Amino acid sequence: MSAKTEQKTVSAHGLSRYFGARTAVDQVSLELRQGEVLGLLGPNGAGKTTIMRLLTGNLAPSTGKVEICGMDLQKQTLGAKACIGYLPEVPPLYRELTIDEYLRLAMRLRRLARSKTDDAIRRAVERCGLDNVRRRLIGSLSKGYQQRAGIAQAIIHDPAVIILDEPTSGLDPNQMRDVRSLIRELGAVRSVIFSTHVLSEVESVCDRVQIINHGRQVFEGSVDMMKLEGTRLEEIFTQSTLEKIET
Amino acid sequence: MFGSPLAWVILALAQLVFAWFYLANLEGFLQVQPQLIRIAHPPGATEAIAAPLFSIGAVVLLMITPLLTSRLIAEERRNHTLPFLISAPVSMTEIVLGKFLGLMIFLSAIIALIVALAVSLLAGGTLDFGLLLSNVAGLWLLSACFVALGLYISCLSTQPAIAGAAALCILFALWIMDNAESGENGIIRSLSPFAHFENFNRGMIDTFDLAYFALFIFFFLALSVRWLKLYR
Repeated sequence: MSAKTEQKTVSAHGLSRYFGARTAVDQVSLELRQGEVLGLLGPNGAGKTTIMRLLTGNLAPSTGKVEICGMDLQKQTLGAKACIGYLPEVPPLYRELTIDEYLRLAMRLRRLARSKTDDAIRRAVERCGLDNVRRRLIGSLSKGYQQRAGIAQAIIHDPAVIILDEPTSGLDPNQMRDVRSLIRELGAVRSVIFSTHVLSEVESVCDRVQIINHGRQVFEGSVDMMKLEGTRLEEIFTQSTLEKIET
Repeated sequence: MFGSPLAWVILALAQLVFAWFYLANLEGFLQVQPQLIRIAHPPGATEAIAAPLFSIGAVVLLMITPLLTSRLIAEERRNHTLPFLISAPVSMTEIVLGKFLGLMIFLSAIIALIVALAVSLLAGGTLDFGLLLSNVAGLWLLSACFVALGLYISCLSTQPAIAGAAALCILFALWIMDNAESGENGIIRSLSPFAHFENFNRGMIDTFDLAYFALFIFFFLALSVRWLKLYR
């Protein structure tokens, strides 16, 4: 695959995070190259969200190290964060702003030139299908639009690494399809990590998949390889997560 | 902030209170003025009208500021918008300073309203601009203390209402501390920012008071930055 020659954008080693005595994430490592889409799978409460918070600097790891585009997230924090676009589980929206104002704020917060703002907003709005609600207050929009506004703020500064926590939750089937094709489009030139519960989504969008259970990585594989070998993701998912739920 | 009705409502109500006291002071001053002439060093209009106005300003700000600071971090946490700030390439110090300065700009507008009232006295007399400046500086520093304290309290809670009430109670306690001791230099009294404001109010700018305000503001801003760092 050509991905091998591409530049490494995300590299995390031995990530753990403890909340008191509870271990939320245990020695998880992951790597991503430019032009790759990685799907994070796992049952509810497996630690997917925590992993994404660790990768974006929203949570400090108890052990381990994250490098984004060659920059250490702990030491060269600002440089590393500038390369990330992040959609948290709950989209971080200011309800009293319009979509336009909100995206303008996102641009300013990331210190991007004002001359580029209009173009960047137009592109993000177009990509996320927000054209006809640009001047409406975010609080008055439906959940689907709000979710897409969250995606728009994550991609507006054209980051090298895009991390999306359940980007398709709360969307109707048509919108899901649009977001999936958007992820594929972004994944062709950028690196995308996203979490989901929908297995078919992983099969149709991702290059690689990692399954997390109880904070530990229980499976990693290439989607193409799985298709070649004829293994079904659903079986792997059930096998790797089921027994541990029962115990 | 100036795009929201909240800002304008607060500005209007604050101005109403200031105008009320301004007129009351003015009337009182005019009544006693004939007798004042007989005293050797009679208080001027600045001392008799403007300075008390700034004291009232301090009390009004004591009540308004917690209302505004309560939202600063608490609401970001409640609405899950804090990751939006934390994931951006800005440092925690910048986030805290941004919040602090943003609110200070608004409070400066309230202080400007008081200054405008005081300056309007020029229409019928002269002003002691030194005393006026010292009052402006004092009130500005005092409100900066309120904001720094309120900002930190706002970090501690996800409920803006709790953060607001707690900040109000603490500020109120500090205010009472100012009146707790009758002596000039009691320890309890010197811990209260209001006691340090009083010197400014009298037109006395003391480096001790300046140092106190600087330390107070720095202490709570630093605590807020620390809290944000540990929050991760």
